[in-house]
Amino acid sequence: MAIIEIKDLKKTYEGGFEALKGVSLDMEEGEILALLGPNGAGKTTLISALCGLISPTGGAASVGGHDIVSDYRAARSLIGLVPQEIALEPFQRVWDAVTFSRGLFGLPRDDAHIESVLRQLSLWEKRRARIMELSGGMKRRVLIAKALSHKPRVLFLDEPTAGVDVELRRDMWETVAQLKADGVTIILTTHYIEEAEAIADRIGVIDKGALLLVEDKAALMARMGRKTLLISLREPQAKVPDALEGYGLELADEGQTLVYTYDTHAERTGITGLLQDLGEAGLKLSDLKTTQSSLEEIFVGLVKESAA
Amino acid sequence: MNFPAIWTIYVHEMTRFFRTFVQSFISPVISTSLYFVVFGTAIGSRIQEVEGVSYGAFIVPGLIMLSVMTQALSNASFGIYFPKFIGTIYELLSAPINFLEIVLGYVGAAATKALFIGVVILGTASFFVDLEVQHPLAMIAFLLLTCISFALFGFIIGIWADNFEQLQLIPLLVVTPLVFLGGSFYSISMLPGIWQTISLFNPVVYLISGFRWSFYGAADVPILVSLLAISGFMLLCVGIIWWIFRTGYKIKP
Repeated sequence: MAIIEIKDLKKTYEGGFEALKGVSLDMEEGEILALLGPNGAGKTTLISALCGLISPTGGAASVGGHDIVSDYRAARSLIGLVPQEIALEPFQRVWDAVTFSRGLFGLPRDDAHIESVLRQLSLWEKRRARIMELSGGMKRRVLIAKALSHKPRVLFLDEPTAGVDVELRRDMWETVAQLKADGVTIILTTHYIEEAEAIADRIGVIDKGALLLVEDKAALMARMGRKTLLISLREPQAKVPDALEGYGLELADEGQTLVYTYDTHAERTGITGLLQDLGEAGLKLSDLKTTQSSLEEIFVGLVKESAA
Repeated sequence: MNFPAIWTIYVHEMTRFFRTFVQSFISPVISTSLYFVVFGTAIGSRIQEVEGVSYGAFIVPGLIMLSVMTQALSNASFGIYFPKFIGTIYELLSAPINFLEIVLGYVGAAATKALFIGVVILGTASFFVDLEVQHPLAMIAFLLLTCISFALFGFIIGIWADNFEQLQLIPLLVVTPLVFLGGSFYSISMLPGIWQTISLFNPVVYLISGFRWSFYGAADVPILVSLLAISGFMLLCVGIIWWIFRTGYKIKP
């Protein structure tokens, strides 16, 4: 059974702005979904609707089989939310901030659990510090600690690594991997394609309130993946030799490199023929390199398509 | 009902109060003492007895009400405005709690603080004047009803306010004048005729009059009317909060 079921979820604001135009999505337990989309695409709106920050105006959603509106208590008990903006009380101490969150979920004190969460997020040494004494990255981790204080089965991370340095981003990814190992289902929104590529199982692309696609990351990359073969030449060429016209080659690097684009899933990639013809045309090669198109290019392509 | 969550909010709100406990305790003591020095001693010595009690004693119920109303109002409005302002309200909305529980936590804490300050003022006043409380039960009832209803009112203001100016606006422009003109420092019967009638439109008059009755047995308006007025005000606030809850006004689009 899917732990998250979203059916045709809509949010139209009073002014008529459609922030969500009927989003449907199922998630299996323990899965990590990365939601990609430009600013204002509806990523945060979707998360806010599921968590109770805004009221959906159509459709339905459930978490763990509990409807998010009619059975909100049971649904929200399973959810942890890490908001995009850092929202913390500056004078509060780390320990108090995290135990307060647990209390809001109606759970009894569990110092051992809070300690393990704080240790996992490298906040244990700072437990007595006031929030305002912490660095930006630490504050973000406090938000995560608060969200984990009641042992959620589903975690929403709204741009968890926005404005976070590279090292901390790696730490965050490790934390996410640990949570996944514990069986926590995670939806994260991000601008960073590399982040989605690094940690997600599935990738959803959202734009203008509509989910353009949700697909297994590997399948998405394979389906849409195009590869590029870069051929470095000994002698720079002024133009692509006529004998090689049929390959759609392009010259780059001031004639030093030939660029050949091919589809890895086509029956013939044409590489063998190309290399033979290169030899016959008398070109000497100094190097060969292939690159795979990144998720970023796929993403940009999709968003452009939806805009067109 | 998620009682542990209500308790969590309540304790969280009270923590701020205890963090500044000395200020919370000292400031009403000092301001009450100042009122007694100025009104009770300097001016009061030139005023005859009002409704059968010395002027110093006469102003005690009004003084308590003045502080209790403003404290309940400002504590409750700030209490719920603050998480709205810094964004931590997301946590309240995404927790498995409903609006009623949020209200109970915040309003309960604000009412408790106001009650505490009311008691401190009562204690301070007893050093300056001879106090008698003829109807202790009525006094406690009036005090509690005022603490709760003004905390509810403050909660509404805190939800409504979009900035700190608005947060101060209602207490400053509406409540303080109503309280000062509500007979804290005088009996309505001391006013010229037309002003007596106008005063009857001031809801605070009923509160202070009723509260003073519980001390000295004398009132500007019938005690039952006072009781109905404060109960009606409380119900009105509850109704508005219920509407806020239904519509998600300003907090849950």
